Amino acid sequence: MKKKETIFQLLTQKPWDPAQAKIDNMHDGETLNLSKGKLGLRYIMVVSSIFFSLFIITYSDRLVYADWQQMPEPLLLWFNTLILFISSAFFISAQTAAKNNQFAKVKQKLLIIGFLAFAFLLGQLFVWLQLINLGYYVAANPANAYFYVFTALHGLHLIGGLVYWNMTIKKVWITSDIVVVDAKHTVELCAIYWHFLLAVWVVLFGLMLFS
Amino acid sequence: MIIALALVLLFAVIGIIIAVAFPRRAVSMALALVIIGSIAFHFWTPWWWTEVASNWGNIDGTIILTFWVTGAVFCAVCLFMSYCVWRFRYDKDRKSDYKPENSKLEWTLTILTTLGVCALLAPGLIVWNKFVTVPEEAADIEVMAQQWYWNYRLPGEDGVLGLTDLRNINDENPFGMNLDDPNGLDDVLIEGDDLHILINQPVKMNLRSIDVLHDFYIPQFRAKMDMVPGVVTYYWFTPIRTGDFEILCMEYCGTGHYAMRGRVLVDENQDYQEWLSEQITFEEIMASIDQTDLIQMALNKKGNN
Amino acid sequence: MAADSYEDIAVDKGEVIPALEVPPQDLYHAKSFWTRWIFCQDAKIIGIQYSITAISIGLVALVLSWLMRLQLGFPQLVPFLGAAEYYQFVTMHGMIMVIYLLTALFLGGFGNYLIPLMVGARDMVFPYVNMVSYWVYLLAVLVLVASFFVPGGPTGAGWTLYPPQAITSGTPGGDGLGIVLMLISLSIFVVGFTMGGLNYVITVLQARTRGMTLMRLPLTVWGIFTATVLALFAFPALIVSCIMMTLDNLLGTSFFMPALVEFGEQSEYSGGSPILFQHLFWFFGHPEVYIVALPAFGIVSDLISIHARKNIFGYRMMVWAIVIIGALSFIVWAHHMYVAGMNPWFGYFFATTTLIIAVPTALKVYNWVITLWKANINLTIPMLFALAFIVTFVNGGITGLFLGNVIVDVPLSDTYFVVAHFHMVMGIAPVLVVFGAIYHWFPLITGRFLHEGMGKIHFWISFLGSYAIYFPMHYLGFVGVPRRYFEMYDSEYMAVSTNYLNQFITIVALIVGFTQILFLYNIITSAKFGKKAGKNPWKACSLEWRTPEVPAGHGNFGKELPVVYRWAYDFNVPGAKEDFIPQDIAPDQIPEAKAEAT
Repeated sequence: MKKKETIFQLLTQKPWDPAQAKIDNMHDGETLNLSKGKLGLRYIMVVSSIFFSLFIITYSDRLVYADWQQMPEPLLLWFNTLILFISSAFFISAQTAAKNNQFAKVKQKLLIIGFLAFAFLLGQLFVWLQLINLGYYVAANPANAYFYVFTALHGLHLIGGLVYWNMTIKKVWITSDIVVVDAKHTVELCAIYWHFLLAVWVVLFGLMLFS
Repeated sequence: MIIALALVLLFAVIGIIIAVAFPRRAVSMALALVIIGSIAFHFWTPWWWTEVASNWGNIDGTIILTFWVTGAVFCAVCLFMSYCVWRFRYDKDRKSDYKPENSKLEWTLTILTTLGVCALLAPGLIVWNKFVTVPEEAADIEVMAQQWYWNYRLPGEDGVLGLTDLRNINDENPFGMNLDDPNGLDDVLIEGDDLHILINQPVKMNLRSIDVLHDFYIPQFRAKMDMVPGVVTYYWFTPIRTGDFEILCMEYCGTGHYAMRGRVLVDENQDYQEWLSEQITFEEIMASIDQTDLIQMALNKKGNN
Repeated sequence: MAADSYEDIAVDKGEVIPALEVPPQDLYHAKSFWTRWIFCQDAKIIGIQYSITAISIGLVALVLSWLMRLQLGFPQLVPFLGAAEYYQFVTMHGMIMVIYLLTALFLGGFGNYLIPLMVGARDMVFPYVNMVSYWVYLLAVLVLVASFFVPGGPTGAGWTLYPPQAITSGTPGGDGLGIVLMLISLSIFVVGFTMGGLNYVITVLQARTRGMTLMRLPLTVWGIFTATVLALFAFPALIVSCIMMTLDNLLGTSFFMPALVEFGEQSEYSGGSPILFQHLFWFFGHPEVYIVALPAFGIVSDLISIHARKNIFGYRMMVWAIVIIGALSFIVWAHHMYVAGMNPWFGYFFATTTLIIAVPTALKVYNWVITLWKANINLTIPMLFALAFIVTFVNGGITGLFLGNVIVDVPLSDTYFVVAHFHMVMGIAPVLVVFGAIYHWFPLITGRFLHEGMGKIHFWISFLGSYAIYFPMHYLGFVGVPRRYFEMYDSEYMAVSTNYLNQFITIVALIVGFTQILFLYNIITSAKFGKKAGKNPWKACSLEWRTPEVPAGHGNFGKELPVVYRWAYDFNVPGAKEDFIPQDIAPDQIPEAKAEAT
């Protein structure tokens, strides 16, 4: 019954009403039909979406002034974006593998994903070095400042993701010791976070390209 | 001070007597006393606002209105509470009412509160509208704040303030005047000294800062606005009585904030003209430091226009 | 029938509805001293750790306020207190009180201790994350404390940290490490808080016991829950502004820094917007007020209801008001900026939204006092604090109507009126609730009462004293005395008597401050020697008092989780003999009254 209630119905219940009490007594204490892990992940994604949106708002506020000078987009940046897309694709196949209980495959895919993540981070570092060599310092122009901030914060989110990736891969590392339900759940959560980071990057990169 | 202390003592003594005489009623009486004390304080306070010296007397009016409306609510709520505490003290043989809610009462209170809020808001917004609408005939004055003193610029005979740019500021050009704007030549510059304004003449204060946030405020004029580097903010008022008023910086601006004061004198016409004639213009300053070629350049520009 | 009859019923609970069970691997088991008391994942211990840390750092802020008051009342009495130190103390006092004390205490302290117990859970849903949250918070506090010991001292930028002044050399600590450590500490706090908030929100949403619908939750949980959701939306704005300002300071970017001339020197900055910072800061800062106020609203509702032996009047309205206030708090932030130089047209909008928020807030107040009508008011110390809260909150709330109405704000902003207003409404009022809550839940945590005599002295001095401090202070604001002034006794537009008022306030502030030592002494001695309270000494209905052991043991609720049959406010139900029915008592178990009305 709890699944059908709208928030409006939920908040207008009269808890002291005997008829309502009969229904309420059977309630199992969950508001949403979601696992705690998934809800936790959504919470984190909401916080970090707000975090990036606020940056984007200030970005668009600053953008309109005359002293704004567009940064160049090195080819490497496109390459890094591609890496992120590939790692997300790998995660989709890792999810499918986990669904079919092929955990050896999952482990292998996770290793590739981890490698790609490191490659991405290194690639971003190279982009920084390249730009610094070209003289695009962080304080020279607001466009530069935002570029470095966006890439750094996205990178930090990915590093946080790698911590979770580490927890995930531990759960499928020793083949004889896998708790199936738990491992599936963790792989799924990690995959959602990876896709989220890809989406964040696409938004940020697109924003910097087209402004 | 003595009166205040005496009042506090008086209330303390009354409180103790009550506590001893009516131990079971002490709390409700104490609560009532707090309210009565607050009302008494309000009527006998020696601390009240300064006499208004600008056209913004109606700001005081909005404050008074807010005082009556909210004060009545405050007293009503607290005295009602005090009465409940008096009347419904714990008694193990009595049962309290079981009443989860009463929509009628709640809706009535909602509507009454909303009406009260509207009564406060509507006049407030009307006065605010006046406050942000600068009259045509207002004379421009620029206030330039820096840590930790005030500078002023009057538009001079042409009635137009010359353009400035913060990047032009140096020892010889403390106001950052644009040399290629001829309107700036006759601007009257007052550095760190008193400002005089003319009585009954609406003025628009153009506020700018060259370093951090400041706020140009004179308690008797009631109006204030922050000064933000990179932006020119403004407000307007009409001085309605002559006198010598103290300027306070009202937005925290660093260690010297508390010492960032100045003076504004409101003059009758004759005094004002006398003062104005003693002030120097940007042109005169440039001449005094042998920058006449720049002046010529500016004047040529004026001719071309 | 005696009160412990309910306890007897609880032992063999009717098998009407099966209890929920948490899978055993979800519950954390402490193995050693370290994991039991220090790196502990039990929310109750974490709550106590949060509270002790918050109160300790709060005491630092209290001492800072004495020093400030001494300077204001008796200028130059304290030899080491110059203008720079004064501003540093003002800043740290404000920052500590708002963020590191009140936010951490209400959500980290009360939230951790009470949420699992009140919703009928064995623990928070992510105990490990919860533990890390505390240690990250502690790190934030330590970084903050460290800033007192760096060259140049802590930042003196005011708790609002407005640029450009916060990171320029004219401000104490502005060109040194002080401001950097402040910004880093705030960022760490936000990270730690987000971890804690994750637990509070999800535990309330998903880990309640059987029968515990959202509308059966005690209002304390509603307050803490809504405040955490607000924090979830508001704190990112704080961390964003901290990151950008740190970069402006350390790397020379110009997010908030416009071109400026600092003591005759042209700076490298150009084009940034100080007002943008203010928007970000207050987008965090205004909800922050409600992050502190909403838990206080919730707790005080419960205190009033329990000690007045009557259900809270208009429970649904109370919940709606909490939710509506929370939602509205995100569209009123610019009322802190009426005179900040933003577009004057914003004034109309924000004045309107701000005054609208007064309506649900006023309704909460009405419902509190209407609850007292025809109640059976037990004037225990928690009840006294609740009554005092209503007086101070209403007083501080109505002065909010002055400041929220844009034109009235023009002469009053940045004067002592503002100082008096926010101390009354989000300093004194919530702190009185904190005191009331400690007196109320101390028997739950330790099994003993706090000493009542000391409690009464503490109450009367704290309440009347703080009222005597802040009520007259509004009138200093009317005179036009500016806030954040190191000294101003030579201004001629103020009567000499304002200085006397300042002295009076200082003396009272010192008395009130020292009374808190009595309170601490009471806590320490009563924890050991206080009168034994037994189970459920206040005869409350909510679940936190229904654990088999008091204080609650590991896993909170013995073998079986309780099943909830009613809301948390069944006081003096017609037909029932006792004047309360705990939430987990089934209708057919009510002593000597078969459920004719539940």
